[in-house]
Amino acid sequence: MKVVLEHLTKRYPNRNKKEGGEVVAVGDFTFEIPDGKLVGLLGPSGCGKSTTLNMISGLTEPTEGKIFFGDDDVTKLPPENRGVGLVFQNYALYPHLTVMKNILFPLQNLKGPDKLTKEEMNARALEAARLVQIEALLDRKPSEMSGGQQQRVAIARALVKMPRVLLLDEPLSNLDARLRLQTREEIRRIQRETGITTVFVTHDQEEAMSISDVIVVMKEGYVQQIDEPQNVYDDPVNLFVAKFLGTPAINVFEGHVAAEQLYIGGEPVLRVTGVPDQDVYVGIRPEGFVPDEKGNFGCGVSRVEVMGRDTSIIAENSACISGQIRAIISSVRKIDKNAASVRFSLLPEKVHLFSKETEERIRFRE
Amino acid sequence: MGKSKYKGWLYLLPAIVFLAVFMVYPLVDVLVYSAEEGYSFASQTYTGTGLFNYSYVLHDPYFLQAVKNTFLIVIITVPLSTGFALLISLALTSIPKLKNLFQTIYFLPYVTNTLAVGLVFMILFKPTFYTDGMVNLLIKFFGGQAVDFIEGPYWAKMFVMCFYTIWVVLPFKILILTSALASVDQNLYNAAKIDGTSKSRTFFRITLPMISPMLFYLIITGFIGAFKAYSDEVALFGTNLNVAGMNTIVGYVYDMLYSSGGGYPSYASAAAIMLFVIVLTITCINLMVSRRSVHY
Ligand SMILES: Nc1ncnc2c1ncn2[C@@H]1O[C@H](COP(=O)(O)OP(=O)(O)OP(=O)(O)O)[C@@H](O)[C@H]1O
Ligand SMILES: [Mg+2]
Repeated sequence: MKVVLEHLTKRYPNRNKKEGGEVVAVGDFTFEIPDGKLVGLLGPSGCGKSTTLNMISGLTEPTEGKIFFGDDDVTKLPPENRGVGLVFQNYALYPHLTVMKNILFPLQNLKGPDKLTKEEMNARALEAARLVQIEALLDRKPSEMSGGQQQRVAIARALVKMPRVLLLDEPLSNLDARLRLQTREEIRRIQRETGITTVFVTHDQEEAMSISDVIVVMKEGYVQQIDEPQNVYDDPVNLFVAKFLGTPAINVFEGHVAAEQLYIGGEPVLRVTGVPDQDVYVGIRPEGFVPDEKGNFGCGVSRVEVMGRDTSIIAENSACISGQIRAIISSVRKIDKNAASVRFSLLPEKVHLFSKETEERIRFRE
Repeated sequence: MGKSKYKGWLYLLPAIVFLAVFMVYPLVDVLVYSAEEGYSFASQTYTGTGLFNYSYVLHDPYFLQAVKNTFLIVIITVPLSTGFALLISLALTSIPKLKNLFQTIYFLPYVTNTLAVGLVFMILFKPTFYTDGMVNLLIKFFGGQAVDFIEGPYWAKMFVMCFYTIWVVLPFKILILTSALASVDQNLYNAAKIDGTSKSRTFFRITLPMISPMLFYLIITGFIGAFKAYSDEVALFGTNLNVAGMNTIVGYVYDMLYSSGGGYPSYASAAAIMLFVIVLTITCINLMVSRRSVHY
């Protein structure tokens, strides 16, 4: 089932009486989540991800806007009637109940024509447990399990009632790096197997990139960009998105465009056809640097890190405003580790220009 | 290894000494007194040893009355006060707006002197030369007959006694239960809401188990407190509780110790030991029940 958000807005009254006014937790969020897709809601802490999720689940009432599940307007529907499964950031398992009873809990709430017999309930619960591979743990209490296992129980509990929409609020944030990788693959597999439309909240861009069909990047309550993961990376709409996605982060420089030529620190580094003369921010992805003796872009070398497949050159340039420059090149290329300086030529598709005033993207032809 | 063992005991020493001097020694002493016939503080003499003191106390109608009173107070006030406290706490928790104000109001009796509260109850219940007391005025207004709650029939006195006891212990229980309710993870309620859990099921399957440790704490301390009741009785019925027929076990012990003519420390000790055994038994049963029903 598709989920449609129309001008969804949540404002909270400002507690700080002096400032007055209202805090916009989520502003004018319009988006259609396609049926059976996994959407990653990505943004820094406090940008309104949880608020958006809670509005979809019905726990939070929107100030403005509408929510549709398929063609039904569910904006005014209480959470219990929406048929959503929600996995909380801290799992919120019932600590006094065993795993089995936790998973059974939503089924035991069903009334009227949906009411299930004991056997049906047990069968459904076992099926959900099997899906997340916790059949062996059914008699445990939540406190007797690892974070990853608890997390899977939470997913099973959310799935067992066959929700129309599955919502996950930073479900991996409590896990260690290894388990996180493993569990996110599992979530992906479960989502594919069940085909349930899913919204996955995270502030980890790598997680969002790897798991999502579509990424929504948010900042301070407002949507910045909605696109497929690779497109968001390759084609960011503004400096915020460019900086937020990618590890190592994009390198940002002060630059200047004159006569369709881009200058960084006085050096003409790239032809940028179609850009009027102005000061700009230049974002260059780490993989956009190509060591080239005849290259136009010169930097002082701080150090060279060889890490298996890749080599990182940590360099310095006075025009760089994002700390040190990090360039990643294939370790097949031999680099003189003791060189004091290095010259690069730039890959145009890895170079993005942003307006100095609005920080919006300025596109150019090569 | 050996050294660190000593160190641990060294740290415990002040507490152990304190407990030994003020708890263990008196307890043993009381046990000894209870087995010594006709012990007298003044002359430090006794006439024989044995279980005579216990036999005397158990045949003393005042003691039997005190035991009956104490058990009645315990059985009536502990469940009622805990139940009321739970209801009031739930109500308080569900009204976020005036919660703090009401919490303060409910807490007032706790910080008020027992005797002052007793005075208020006297005004409410005691008929005097001028008036029948507030409650009797109400009863009469509705066409009933005035009852002397302070010096009248036993059930009326017991009613006032229990009412008073509940009133006095309620604030503390409300305080504990409201904070227990507030500390239940809000996400559990959100999860229950998402799962379409009914209000009553949420209460019985989530709220109650989550606050059960606190509930049992209140029940256990409530039992102990009610068994040790004494000052509340004095506040309502004066110091001559035996005559009023409202004495408690602790009151009996006190009367035996300080009655005119030097008192009867042996009888007092025997009664105190019996109270100790009763409280110990009930507390053990309580703990066993709570072990079985507190789930995590
Ligand atoms: N009940 C509330 N009252 C007032 N402001 C709130 C309330 N809930 C959230 N906010 C504000 O709304 C904004 C968005 O909050 P939200 O919880 O959605 O952030 P988030 O993106 O989930 O962050 P995180 O990654 O830290 O979980 C924040 O600035 C927060 O301070
Ligand atoms: Mg959040």
